[in-house]
Amino acid sequence: MSEPNTPKRLIVTSETVLKLPRHIKLRHDAGRGRWILLAPERVFEPDETSVEVLKLCDGERSVGAISAILAEQYQAPVDVITADVIEMLQDLTDKGALKS
Amino acid sequence: MSDTTVQETKTGEFNASIDEACARAPVGLLAELTHRCPLQCPYCSNPVDLERVNTELSTEDWKSVMRQAGELGILQIHLSGGEPTARRDLEEIVEEAAKAGLYTNLITAGVLLKRERLEKLCDLGLDHVQLSIQDVKPENADRIAAYKGGAAKKHEVAKWVKELDMPLTINAPLHRQNIDSLPDIIDYAVKVGAGRLEVAHIQYYAWALKNRASLMPTREAFMKTAEIVNAAKERLKGILVIDFVVPDYYAKYPKPCMGGWGRGIINVTPSGKVLPCHAAESLPHLQFDNVRDRPLADIWLNGQAFQMYRGTDWMKEPCKSCPRKEIDFGGCRCQAMALTGDAANTDPACSLSPMHEEWAKVAHAESHTETPEFIYRRMGSAASAE
Repeated sequence: MSEPNTPKRLIVTSETVLKLPRHIKLRHDAGRGRWILLAPERVFEPDETSVEVLKLCDGERSVGAISAILAEQYQAPVDVITADVIEMLQDLTDKGALKS
Repeated sequence: MSDTTVQETKTGEFNASIDEACARAPVGLLAELTHRCPLQCPYCSNPVDLERVNTELSTEDWKSVMRQAGELGILQIHLSGGEPTARRDLEEIVEEAAKAGLYTNLITAGVLLKRERLEKLCDLGLDHVQLSIQDVKPENADRIAAYKGGAAKKHEVAKWVKELDMPLTINAPLHRQNIDSLPDIIDYAVKVGAGRLEVAHIQYYAWALKNRASLMPTREAFMKTAEIVNAAKERLKGILVIDFVVPDYYAKYPKPCMGGWGRGIINVTPSGKVLPCHAAESLPHLQFDNVRDRPLADIWLNGQAFQMYRGTDWMKEPCKSCPRKEIDFGGCRCQAMALTGDAANTDPACSLSPMHEEWAKVAHAESHTETPEFIYRRMGSAASAE
């Protein structure tokens, strides 16, 4: 068993509620015409859909709720969207760009 | 709906794959605020001829650099040194950088910091702290830095960073005299709550080149560190991001130095000289503009030093026809200069360089002999050791 203070990997499910930590900044990079996520020694460049997902990660909506919004918007099956969104959010969470 | 993809680019100075759009403006600015430092690490990346305090840029000069950087489209500012906290006006510089929309990263040894000051910097918009450690064994760490009590002080600073809920990177330069501590260094980073660990094998320029025989690990020792890091990356997924910088003496291909010359990174020295890389002053045929005389954007786009090795037109064989020429950009110009006498030659770190075999032999020989005493980094010490 791990000690109570041992940090653990956050596994993203449709129930997870995520937000950007204070030091991760989603902003428009006007000079290069793109959205970026600024992180320590990193610049992430999310595509259009990922930017929408990230804007919805507000610390209140669950991943499932976010996926439902996108499914509605894109007229796509919610389970397909959810799987796609979880994959992307898990990857960014592993890289320290999102927290619960 | 389209796929959700997120491109990731490391902005560290030895990382590649900065996209073409970035070529119009640098992504990162390394601001060497001062060459003053209480530590004397024998592998310091500062030039051997350290710039003196009376040549340093003023507060207003640095604030102007921050504003110009924001306007130019620079995204991240790395406040470094020397020891950047030796500047009493660091607060004003951080504040201006944050106002200009820059992502601010403080690269510090920590030993001069007080908790109140760190808190103030955080309030003014400092985004991230990168704290260097010399080893996890305090006696060895203090010996390497020639600074008694340094390791204990750094540990305290790491705690403050986390108490203030700021993101922390631990930077651990790795070499022959601390290489066995690597597993403990990784555990230490987790324990202090760092989100990121930089395990950086020493790059042999300037002070490190003078101390190469004291620092060069054996190939076997290096290979073991690569294994340890790879295993830790897997084990600590979602807990600790680890970036690993390899010693290019043991590489097959050279590193894409600065992600390509004049492509993603710009460096301003304490006196305001603008360099394509922090070691560029070792190239005597380059002319460096100063932020006191010319706008940063103009220097970046048109400065002689930036144009000299930008792109691939300057290349000679074997780089010219190499399929990797836009991956590694022929490696490091300073290393090519130092070892071949021509900065346009391929970096001897490349296995295609005619010098490569000879240079690999040097690493082998030096890593197997007894370690000489360190030449510590301080004003004048390099000259007196000649």
